[in-house]
Amino acid sequence: MTGVATVLVTTFLAAAVEAIEMVTIVVGVGATRGWRSTVLGAGAGFLVLAVVVVGLGFALSAVPIGPLRLVVGALLLVFGLQWFRKGVTRVAANGLAGLRSNIADDPEVWRGEGIDWTAFVLAFKGVLLEGLEVAFIVVSFGANAGRLGAAVVGGVAAVVVVGAVGIALLRAVARIPRSLLQLVVGVLLTTFGSFWALEGIGVSWPGGDGAIPGLLAAYVLTAAVNIAIERRGVSERAASFGRSEVTTWHA
Amino acid sequence: MARVISWPLVFARFWYRFIVGDDWTVAAAVALGLVATAVLNRRSVDAWWLVPLIVIAMVRVSVLRAKPGPRRHDGLRP
Repeated sequence: MTGVATVLVTTFLAAAVEAIEMVTIVVGVGATRGWRSTVLGAGAGFLVLAVVVVGLGFALSAVPIGPLRLVVGALLLVFGLQWFRKGVTRVAANGLAGLRSNIADDPEVWRGEGIDWTAFVLAFKGVLLEGLEVAFIVVSFGANAGRLGAAVVGGVAAVVVVGAVGIALLRAVARIPRSLLQLVVGVLLTTFGSFWALEGIGVSWPGGDGAIPGLLAAYVLTAAVNIAIERRGVSERAASFGRSEVTTWHA
Repeated sequence: MARVISWPLVFARFWYRFIVGDDWTVAAAVALGLVATAVLNRRSVDAWWLVPLIVIAMVRVSVLRAKPGPRRHDGLRP
């Protein structure tokens, strides 16, 4: 039987990786679309997660995580690409405009009276999928080591600690320019979406979870190259517009 | 009555806008990439690189499609 401390630390670290993904999505969506519907979606995700975990218990490991990863990953990937493209075009057009802009002036922020279903669904899916993965880690580590109690403490502590760090970073996230924030969240959703969708298909990523930083770097580079190309186009158009203005003026 | 009939349409429209958005070519390319990866994976071909390549290409294509131009009338918003 493995020691309590070993199970506690191992479960904490493994669950923390999943919790970081969960908190990244919730904080990113909340900062971009507004908090009310994001918090409602995350809360609903935790509620469904609690029902699934309590209802299934040890049978949790029988839930087909592969198809779930494929569906959630594909949806996040396609949705993330929309924000990826909008972020590129906005940052290219406006630079880091919006640094001091009010969140209420942003066209992406929901101002209707009802629920913003986009924010709700994104937060719900992020919490449910990552929460299920934390639950799998807890059940598999805890059951195999014969230390379920320690595994539960490690898993819950990871979610609480990473969640607290996310809440502490909210003010810093709110200072990020709105156009840049949309690009950052789009790139992150595209990264996690690519990773989960292919894992769901059964593809083995080189380096396992270590492939995530590699994917992120490739997509950040893609964003930078596209922004550079678009900004050059904007400057060239501005220069030719200026020349035609001068020609017209002298004519 | 009209509300009852329109509710499924509103629901379907929400999911279409949510998943597909304003550029259907991106969703189509990703779907094709996932199917192709699944087929290659079944034939024991390591194809983890295919979808990221499609993503990188489609970002460029989608940015170009979003540009306003004299011959573009498909309603894409930047």
